[in-house]
Amino acid sequence: MVTIGVLGLQGDLEEHVDITENALEKLSLKGEVLVVKKPEEIEGLDGLIITGGESTVFGKVSSRLNVFSTIKQLSSKKVPLFGTCAGLIVFARNVYDRVVGEINQPTLGLLNVTVSRNYFGRQRESFETDLLVPILGDKPFKGVFIRAPAIEEIGENVEILARLEDIVVAVRQENILATAFHPELTDDTRFHEYFLKIILQET
Amino acid sequence: MEKIINYGRVQTFLGKSQLTRGTVRVKRGFAKMCKHGVIMDVTSVEQAQIAEDAGATAIMVLDKLPADVRRAGGVARTASATIIEDILDNVTIPVMAKCRIGHTYEAKVLEVLGVDMIDESEVLTPADEERHIWKWDFTTPFVNGARDLGEALRRTEEGAAMIRTKGEPGTGNVAEAVRHIKKLNNQTRWLTSIIDEDQELIKTARKLKVSYDIAKETAKLGRLPVVNFAAGGIATPSDAAFLMSLGCDGVFVGSGIYKSSDPEIRANAMVLAVSYWEDPEIVAEAQKMVLETKAMPGLDIHDLELKMQERGSKI
Repeated sequence: MVTIGVLGLQGDLEEHVDITENALEKLSLKGEVLVVKKPEEIEGLDGLIITGGESTVFGKVSSRLNVFSTIKQLSSKKVPLFGTCAGLIVFARNVYDRVVGEINQPTLGLLNVTVSRNYFGRQRESFETDLLVPILGDKPFKGVFIRAPAIEEIGENVEILARLEDIVVAVRQENILATAFHPELTDDTRFHEYFLKIILQET
Repeated sequence: MEKIINYGRVQTFLGKSQLTRGTVRVKRGFAKMCKHGVIMDVTSVEQAQIAEDAGATAIMVLDKLPADVRRAGGVARTASATIIEDILDNVTIPVMAKCRIGHTYEAKVLEVLGVDMIDESEVLTPADEERHIWKWDFTTPFVNGARDLGEALRRTEEGAAMIRTKGEPGTGNVAEAVRHIKKLNNQTRWLTSIIDEDQELIKTARKLKVSYDIAKETAKLGRLPVVNFAAGGIATPSDAAFLMSLGCDGVFVGSGIYKSSDPEIRANAMVLAVSYWEDPEIVAEAQKMVLETKAMPGLDIHDLELKMQERGSKI
């Protein structure tokens, strides 16, 4: 029995809940997926997902109840965390924006990478494409990039899971999994299954 | 090497990788990223930055706030292109802008400027009183207002990637937004209850002036096929939380913030109330941040000469 939380402050939480439930079913795992917003709901989780949305909003809203410090404590216990798009930005040690440059937004600073926000441009330039993700097998994964960030610098212990041409778009650093795109906007449960396997310490 | 396919989809390459822009998933996906957030009306770079700092999920640029459009009268058009560009260059969150109903070229200009979403809005004076923009032709996603399920689904069938209640803009009175979402919810529940009866389903679809297919899809989902926000007259944190509790995916705040005399704090309080709407204690905390004496002055719906919600095609 595993309990997975989806951070519910803002963004596409329902999509993450649905696909995580499907992934549990695919792996025949018993578990529950909860939308979590407060420190007491986050402590004790077996895994936490940080959704797509606006990373600046997460920083702002989480400060009220100190949600970020609870997530940091969770990570220090090596509880697996999975972030997509805004989730990746929230994990990153360094963040800047392609248009406005240096930005001073609160992040968790847990992931040893530098992330460039809005790397691919505005919504008009958002796209979907087939990605090769070796850890998920040969079948391409549909990468849905929405005003997506990219990972520009990689630090210690960070494993690259996928690139779009030479741009790094998915990484893992021990208990932390992060993608610049949105697996939750597809029906393909493989990334969420991979996250569940990290929780089960099968990978 | 860009190639337009159809329905606003564009095929292009990054190195050897083929990218497709403007797909339904990419357009509706953008709206999904705005969920559980507050989108704020702004008229200047300064207001845009205040909104960003307060935790807005996106901002909506217009020439005048709805309350001022109401006061000024005359023809209301899209905002100045230079102001939109200035805002695009100075904030990191998504930037939306309004165009007139049916005004395909105002929308094309907004797409060229690079706004992230276009609001075909009844706050501006309609340019075509009989039809709305054919939104499928655009790569940029659209949001449209609706007062009931039929209107919401007709706009979706024209390509809208997001719906919002019309409410009655610029009034500081939430009653119309509440009326619209409750009606939409009741109509959706009815559709779901007749899902297995095709005869009833097609009769209802005809009444709603929508296709059988989208009526069936909505019945199955038990909700709109696209993201649905509340808008029109939202002035306080508890207004925002109330609309979230009625099943809205997020809220637009128009005049409510910058027509108050405490915009920074109020914007912040709205964001908090939307994220934690299920928790009345936190909504109360948000409500304590603002003073009723500083809220925008409200207007009674029954005293209005201009009902913006009635603008737009009836079909």
